[in-house]
Amino acid sequence: MKRYLLQRIGFMLITLFIIVTATFFLMQLLPGTPFTNPEKLTDSQLAILNAKYGLDQPVAIQYIQYIGNLVQGDLGYSFQHEGRTVTSMISDRIGPSAFIGLQALVIGAIIGLVLGIVSALKHNSLLDYGSVTLAVLGMSIPSFVFAALLQYYVGVKLEWLPVALWEGYSSTLLPSIALSVTVTATVARFIRSEMLEVIGQDYIITARAKGLKENQVIVKHVIRNALIPVVTMLGPLAVSIMTGTLVIEKIFAVPGLGEQFTLSILVLDYSVIMGITIFYSALFIFVVFVVDIIYSFLDPRINYKGESA
Amino acid sequence: MSETILTVDNLHVAFKTQTGKLTAVRGVSFDLKKGETLAIVGESGSGKSVTAKSIMQLLPAATTEVTKGDIVYNGKSLLKMSKRQVTDLRGSEISMVFQDPMTSLNPTMKVGKQIMEGVQRHEQLTKAQARNRALEMLKLVGIPQAENRLDNYPHQFSGGMRQRVVIALALACNPKVLIADEPTTALDVTIQAQILDLMKDLQKKTETAIILITHDLGVVANMADRVAVMYGGKIVEQGTLDEIFYNPQHPYTLGLLQSMPKLNEDRSQPLLPIAGSPPNLATLGEGCAFAARCPHTMAVCHTYTPRDTVTETGHSVACWLQDDRVAGSRDLVETGSPS
Repeated sequence: MKRYLLQRIGFMLITLFIIVTATFFLMQLLPGTPFTNPEKLTDSQLAILNAKYGLDQPVAIQYIQYIGNLVQGDLGYSFQHEGRTVTSMISDRIGPSAFIGLQALVIGAIIGLVLGIVSALKHNSLLDYGSVTLAVLGMSIPSFVFAALLQYYVGVKLEWLPVALWEGYSSTLLPSIALSVTVTATVARFIRSEMLEVIGQDYIITARAKGLKENQVIVKHVIRNALIPVVTMLGPLAVSIMTGTLVIEKIFAVPGLGEQFTLSILVLDYSVIMGITIFYSALFIFVVFVVDIIYSFLDPRINYKGESA
Repeated sequence: MSETILTVDNLHVAFKTQTGKLTAVRGVSFDLKKGETLAIVGESGSGKSVTAKSIMQLLPAATTEVTKGDIVYNGKSLLKMSKRQVTDLRGSEISMVFQDPMTSLNPTMKVGKQIMEGVQRHEQLTKAQARNRALEMLKLVGIPQAENRLDNYPHQFSGGMRQRVVIALALACNPKVLIADEPTTALDVTIQAQILDLMKDLQKKTETAIILITHDLGVVANMADRVAVMYGGKIVEQGTLDEIFYNPQHPYTLGLLQSMPKLNEDRSQPLLPIAGSPPNLATLGEGCAFAARCPHTMAVCHTYTPRDTVTETGHSVACWLQDDRVAGSRDLVETGSPS
């Protein structure tokens, strides 16, 4: 296990390094400069600014300096906000994003599980077809469409919940619901097909032959086994939520990390773009790692010790 | 030995398919007596597993249906019982051992727990008592270091050991009837022998009646008191082990026995296969299902279904050759040519 963990962490660091490198050089290809109206600045003013932010150096040198700082945990200063570190900007903004993201994950997982389980149990019924149709819609329609619909109907017409802004718990609900649609649909489809597969297994007949009551068979044997692979979906789902927040936060004017990210790209705030990219990538790599570890606890057939089973 | 515990009477089971009903079991009748072993033999698709599963009512209700006949356990019709009563019987009175031990255990549940689950369902036992029973059962089926093995998962067992676990699970509540659906088909030959010996041993101790479903005549010779031969959803011949092996009356039974390799025979002699292939149940109408492959087919075989002819020893055969209405038929079987 220890050997496996060390190996995994090594690969995680390599992955992160590749992402950092690729982002760094891709960003240099973006047209424009981080400074607004550079044409109004004199050459000497520009030179001073470039020198201050290290932009006068060749790209290779900038890269080495950046990596050097990064290794020490320093993400640098924002180009747009005088004197603010990227780290402090991320930590200021992460709260709302994490909250609506996690809330969306919880809402989506619960509704998705219920829908999927019910439709598997009522396989080929009207209910099943209904929830499959809903799931397909949920997966194929982007979350910002739902966001707009929710804002219009729930926010403007019914006035049940605030249309946008960040004022108390009630304003977290619409963004979370809009984000949760993809999660709901994915989880529902996945658990449904897993359950149908498990129900067809021989050991379910064994469980019935033992005389177990139908609900015992379903809960202890079917759902328990169907849930295990669903855990692997958590990684990709976390990503879909992260990318979802970029747009959703903009639509609902949530002061979160995603909104900050889109803003930084628009104004070419190099260090902030880098910082948030690294943060998102690291988070994703970490989530996938944790999911794999959880998996080994849930499924006794998987062990990372390298022992023969 | 003489008391009948389970009776299957003229059982018909149909599958609902998109093209209509497909009758897989077409009138199966047999009695099972306390403590005996009845082997049901037949090729794939002859309806033996479907018969077994309908006794336990483990066939999916959405796609299968018992269209005719009855199954009587201990004087009560299983088909007329409520769902609740049937589940109460499952595992406690009638148990089942399945074909493939690699897939018939839940991969994410400890084997001890899987045995305990059934025990706790049927008997009022504390967890500790149930665990003790599971331990006893594992010891009984000959699993070494049973104490440590209780908390193992199925993948930590070999195929033969898993089948022992499945047997332990099936016998944990001391059932009166054990249905073993090809219990050794998925195992190595040496392991097969061990499992069969184990089942025989346990049967002596517990006096459980066994319905052994198999297509392996070697297994039958080893285990059975009586044999029922199935073909095309029907029992074509039924009798004691000796009668079936040494005095087969149905051409199909004879064909099965002839197609089996024998140790003490001249190896240059080719095996005698049964020509043709199993019948298509969807197109099977009146007449004998074996008629198309039978070396002694007569005109009557194609149009009328043969009745059971029963001798005084209880040896029954469904074949026109045995029917007194067909003159000279017996000579035909003995000499191979009409008299």
